[in-house]
Formats: sequence, C-alpha cells, structure tokens
Amino acid sequence: MTARGWAIVFRGIAWREALRFVNQRGRFVAALVRPLVWLFIFAAGFRAVLGLSITPPYQTYVLYEVYVTPGLCAMIQLFNGMQSSLSMVYDRETGAMRTLLVSPAPRWFLLLAKLMAGVFVSILQVYAFLLIAWAWGVEPPLLGYLAVVPALLLSGLMLGALGLFVSSTIRQLENFAGVMNFLIFPMFFASSALYPLWRMKESSELLYWICALNPFTHAVELIRFALYLQFDPTSFLVTAGCFAVFFAAAVFMYDPAKGLWVRRKGQAA
Amino acid sequence: MDTPALEVLGVSHAFGRVQALKHVDLVVPRGRFVALLGVNGAGKTTLFSLVTRLYDNTSGVIRVAGHDLRRAPGKALARLGVVFQTRALDSDLTVAQNLAYHAALHGIDRTTARARIAEVLAQVDLADKAGIKVAALSGGQQRRAEIARALLNRPDLLLLDEATTGLDVRSRREVLALVRGLTRGGVSVLWATHILDEIAPADLIYVLHEGAVLVHGAADDLAGEEGLTRTFLSLTGDAA
Repeated sequence: MTARGWAIVFRGIAWREALRFVNQRGRFVAALVRPLVWLFIFAAGFRAVLGLSITPPYQTYVLYEVYVTPGLCAMIQLFNGMQSSLSMVYDRETGAMRTLLVSPAPRWFLLLAKLMAGVFVSILQVYAFLLIAWAWGVEPPLLGYLAVVPALLLSGLMLGALGLFVSSTIRQLENFAGVMNFLIFPMFFASSALYPLWRMKESSELLYWICALNPFTHAVELIRFALYLQFDPTSFLVTAGCFAVFFAAAVFMYDPAKGLWVRRKGQAA
Repeated sequence: MDTPALEVLGVSHAFGRVQALKHVDLVVPRGRFVALLGVNGAGKTTLFSLVTRLYDNTSGVIRVAGHDLRRAPGKALARLGVVFQTRALDSDLTVAQNLAYHAALHGIDRTTARARIAEVLAQVDLADKAGIKVAALSGGQQRRAEIARALLNRPDLLLLDEATTGLDVRSRREVLALVRGLTRGGVSVLWATHILDEIAPADLIYVLHEGAVLVHGAADDLAGEEGLTRTFLSLTGDAA
C-alpha cells in the first residue's frame, strides 16, 4: 500500500469515529458531566478542607478548582480511552472488528489510526470542559490553551493505548465493570489529579510511592505544566515511555500470530 | 495457466489440544463457485479465519491470487472480499457510509469509492437503499449490502461463510443467485455451507469433516447414483 493509501485508511478510520461521535452526542455530554460535577461540587467542598501550598507549576497559592482542573482534563481522557476500549470489545462481539482487521493495511497502523481518532475526540471534550472551567473562574494563561495540545495528544495516546490493551484482554462486555473497579478508579484516585503528592506523603509513604509510580499521575502533571507554559521532562518521558509499552502490548495482543486471544476458539476478532 | 484464486496447501490448526484443521488442501480455480461443505464444527470458520488472517497460519501455505499470506499479507488481503457468518455492518451508519468506510480501509480514494459504491449497490439491487441506516434493512438486504461491501475492492476471491444463515427461503435464493452471477463476471467464490440444497451439480465441492477434507470434486461426480445427500451422510456419519 502506498503512502497515499495509508493516508486514506487513516482518514477513513477517523471519519468513522467522527460519525459515531456525531451519532452519539449524548456520549459527549455525559463525558462532560463527570468532570463538571467534580469541578462544581466536589471542588467547592474540598476547597474548605484542603489547603494547598505553592506547588509547581503554580507561582502562587491557587484555589482548589484551579489545582484540580488539569486532573479533570486527564480524567476525561482516561474515561475516553476506556470508552474506546469498550467500543472495541463491542465491535469484536458484533463482528465489526473483523472488517477492520482484514484490511490490507498493517495491523499496528490500523490500531494506531483508531487510537489517534479517539484521542482527537477526547481533545475536543477537554476543550469544551476548559471553556466551561474558564467561565467558572479557572483561567490559565491564554497561550497555555495552545501549549497544552501536545501534552493532551501524548497523554491521550498513552491512556488510549492502555484502553486498547485492556480491550484485547476482555472477552465480553459484561467484564467491563471489572475494568472500572480495578483500573479506572484506582488509577484516578491514586494520582496527583485531586491532591498534590506531598499531601499523600504526609498520610502514607506507601501511597505516595504508588501515586508517584502511577502513569496517570504523569499524564496529569504533563497537562498541568503545559497548561501553565512549563515543561516537566520526567512526566513527558514517563508518559511517552508508557505509551510505547502499552501500544506495543496492544499490537502484540492483536497480532494473529502472538496474541493471547488467538488460542480462544471462535474469538479471533 | 491461471494462478488459482486461492491455494490452501497442507494447512493445520489447533486450539490448544483440539485439532481444528488437519492438513487441509483446497484450491479455488479462477471464476469458479467452490462449495466448502461441512456440518457445524467441521472447521469451516477456522479455515476462513486463517485465510483472512484473523488467525495466524503456522503450518502449510495459503496463497490468495498467488500472494503468500504470510510473506505478503497486505497484497493477499487486498485481493480478498469477505462476508462473515455473523453480520458485521455498523447498524448506526447508512449503507453508503458503511461501504465508504470499507473502501477507505482498502485505500480507495473518495472519488473512486463513490463510483464503486454506486456500481456495487446496483449490482446487488440496493441502489435505492444507499442513504438508509443498516438497522432499517431486512436480513436479506443486510446480507446483500455485505456482499456489495466485499466487492468494493474488486476482489479475485470472494469468501462467504454460511452467508444465508438466518435468511428466509426467498432471501436465501436471491443471495445465492447473486453470488453465482458474480462468477460469470470472473469472481471466484468459496462458499461455506452445511445446506446441501445450495449446491449445484456443476459446483466444485470440498467436504470438510472434523477438520479434514474427506473428498473433493465436481458435485455431480461425487453425488453418483446415490445423490449428494446420501453421499454426504455416508461420508460424515449421521452428523448431518
């Protein structure tokens, strides 16, 4: 297949995701409700009990709403990644996945295209959320809205690749509740999304290390620093590294020669 | 001599300890309707999964239009059109949108795709349904839409895995007549089925049972004086 052919395949996959997105406008609204509840209700309550010292990248004391906003952006991407994984499992159950996998394009490219399409949708959701947050008084520097794009792209890829990998291990849609309980919630709560890590260290050294090693923490910090026009190399390297590992694992799992699921009779796709 | 549309040579496949295919040899000549006949669980879907590369083929050779599936999977898959046993259309999208998505997956540009979609929908008599959501189509129409989709990349070989499952008698006849008509246009067909009524005397058939090809040849030769049903039953026991 030529480079033009690859571009057509990519465009086709992105177009289908866009169509699904348009057809499921409720999903877009639902994805916004979760972080907005955190911003409007939880943040108001937490502000009263949680004192924040000056924490990089902030130059001064910030309101809890301001602190929590980058974490909620990452939360949108985390749920979007898992939503994509859910739709992959659904596609597999309905047989639609087979249409994708019998395409002549290499499988890694098909998965990457699907992943990228999902990330674009999540970035749109994040911007809708940031717009509402701005109206609520969370006002990062104007240039921060531009600087955060590459950070959102990388964090979205990392979380989407994780979702892709997870989708290859789930046999049925019914098993997805387990993903919520054992992956999404621990990842979100054991991170710097809702409280700074030094706060966590004060209460438990072990929890602090769990949070520090959580890839989601680094996605949050990457977004937080970028939104305030700073670059955190550690977060960048960890997020990029985790993306490479999760994506390689997903490609391995979807490879007809290697993935664990090839041994499952009748579950090829 | 023409390269066969499909060559399956010495292919075996196992799921753990269960041997699903045992040294299968099968050839689909150009422009022929070949029936892969077997009861449920005979290994038809496994063979299709290997030919479409959903499973990896680790023994023997599979060539589609001369392209080795392991060495040149892209070229081999580009020559293939597939209709799976379970329907695989996106019910939220229209017929034309489903086809446009499939065309893109084969790297067909938008202008060409538009022309081909009109062409294949006319071929399967669904030209007036292009803008209708798949969910609103009958089972038979969905099957025809899937056949149209499989024809978009102008394949050398069309694989249909129990394509008439769940269809009423009339729709079954229509789908079968449509596919037989395609062979007159030069498309080769591998038609997996367990329904003996779908076999015509001139068809080339392979009888697959418990993962092995028991016999193959022209249907009327194999049927002999006993008829195809009796021959099939005696080959496979009472399984049918």
